[in-house]
Amino acid sequence: MNPPVLDIHNLSVDYQTELGPLHALRDVSLLVPEGKIIGIVGESGCGKSTLISTIIRLLAANARIVDGKILFKGDDLLGMGVDQMRALRGDEISMVFQDPMTSLNPVLPIGRQMSDVQHRGKASAAERKTRSVMMLERVGIPDPETQLTRYPHHLSGGMRQRVAIAMALMTEPSLLIADEPTTALDATLEVQIIHRLEQLQRDFGCSILFISHHLGVIAELCHEVVVMYAGEVVECGPTREVFLNPRHPYTRKLLECDPARIAARTKDLPVIEGGLPDLVKLPEGCIFRDRCDQSVARCATERPRLSGAGHTVACHAVVCHPVVCNLAEHPE
Amino acid sequence: MTGFVLVSVILFVTVFAAWLAPFDPLEINVHNRLSSPSAEHWLGTDQLGRDIFSRVLFGGQIALKVALVAISVSMSIGLVLGMMAGFGPRWLDRILVISFDTVRSFPTIMFALAVVALTGPSLNTVIGVIIITSIPVYARVVRTQTRSLRERDFILAERAMGASTARILRDHILPNIAAPLFILASMDVPAVVGMEAGLSFLGLGVSAPTPSWGTILNDGYSYLRNSPWPLIAGGLPLIAVTLGFTFFGESLRDILDPKMRKKDQ
Repeated sequence: MNPPVLDIHNLSVDYQTELGPLHALRDVSLLVPEGKIIGIVGESGCGKSTLISTIIRLLAANARIVDGKILFKGDDLLGMGVDQMRALRGDEISMVFQDPMTSLNPVLPIGRQMSDVQHRGKASAAERKTRSVMMLERVGIPDPETQLTRYPHHLSGGMRQRVAIAMALMTEPSLLIADEPTTALDATLEVQIIHRLEQLQRDFGCSILFISHHLGVIAELCHEVVVMYAGEVVECGPTREVFLNPRHPYTRKLLECDPARIAARTKDLPVIEGGLPDLVKLPEGCIFRDRCDQSVARCATERPRLSGAGHTVACHAVVCHPVVCNLAEHPE
Repeated sequence: MTGFVLVSVILFVTVFAAWLAPFDPLEINVHNRLSSPSAEHWLGTDQLGRDIFSRVLFGGQIALKVALVAISVSMSIGLVLGMMAGFGPRWLDRILVISFDTVRSFPTIMFALAVVALTGPSLNTVIGVIIITSIPVYARVVRTQTRSLRERDFILAERAMGASTARILRDHILPNIAAPLFILASMDVPAVVGMEAGLSFLGLGVSAPTPSWGTILNDGYSYLRNSPWPLIAGGLPLIAVTLGFTFFGESLRDILDPKMRKKDQ
């Protein structure tokens, strides 16, 4: 069997700040198998963006990788030379950004930008154009020939995001990183883009690392989900299982807060009390202890480790009183 | 539109000065000194009886040659240095910004006097002085634009798609800063032409008998009691160039800068 497309081992990343190092990622491990869509979910500031910047090695100047390994098809990305890494970006690893309004160059026509992405191949201008037209068709843009001559400001947000997806998939990458690609779009478009991504993933057979804080989108699209909180992975497993049978208190609370799950009309939407801990002065023990209502004595002193098979969770309470995983309780 | 017409006229008459000028600008006619405008001499004659209109046309060639050479050279160098400062590491940015500021803090005329004292007056000295003092103007604009562009998402997107620094600068930053750069260059023409006239007026630029708007002004200044025409004739083209290129630059900005256009509506 081929090695997994992306295998992250105990990754820790710090940001140097005036107050001292800010521990943005701590001991993050995750696996993206071939041909799967993996979702990463978590609130703002939980380290999602730092994680993807580390994978494509475009971290801010004050960031430092303290520890860990990122294996891409068995090769360590963190040990690669700058040129070797650049050769992978946009070829084997591609990315779609959050805001399609700002992720395309405003002064160049779409066609120019799309053929620009193909700079590595030795294709002629005509071949590149044919390929661009084909890719635009694949992402469902009508009349692609004409669109090539248009500028980004001529296109709507949904169209632009499709162009961005077409550009990212141009080289048929093994891994597509999608950083909240639907957050800036309205709900109807969101559904369209999600279905399109699903379709494209099946056609191209690539793996997708999908970052979102929209639980519904993750549930719809991803095979597996990784829940992050304050720079740590707290729960991880097959999407259905995590959503139907959340084990970590944070995941449970997060799901309770999803407006789509709230049946009755209410003025007071549920919230998770408290805020993110100070990542410069990390608290002892469990990172979620301050906001948790199930904490036990051990939580104050010892950091929980991810445990379990398939569906893993980092929580002392769960390990002390294991919740029996029983899907039969939740018939579809 | 006014700017475009003025600029076209100025370019046309200076480029074709050799055909349009009714007299040889160097031809001396002492019998006809300091005459007022007439059908024969449209702007009168100077203290040596030379036809001022012809001298103005040929003087324009000098002025625009200086502007073309000085602006294109300083814009190119400024573009490269500005991109290096804007996209490079912070220490390089600091060094470059300090050197831009140092050069800009020097009074241009003082600097020119010092250079002329070393090399002697010549047109090349004028061009050299203008290039050195203009580089920071372009470099600073390019640096600021590059700095703000490098933080934009599409540049990050390009990086994430594997574009090299050279490719990002050439294919993505350059097209974004070309417009403000051309606007700046157009607005800079009057300044450069004025500087050439000023240095020639002080005797630091072209040497007699070569016609330049600066030397025409200087000649006219000395004979102001006898006739105002040389002074007027030397000043008019400077006004025309200033107005023409400024209007031209403004309409260029209106066309190229969509943000300015929105504000007007």
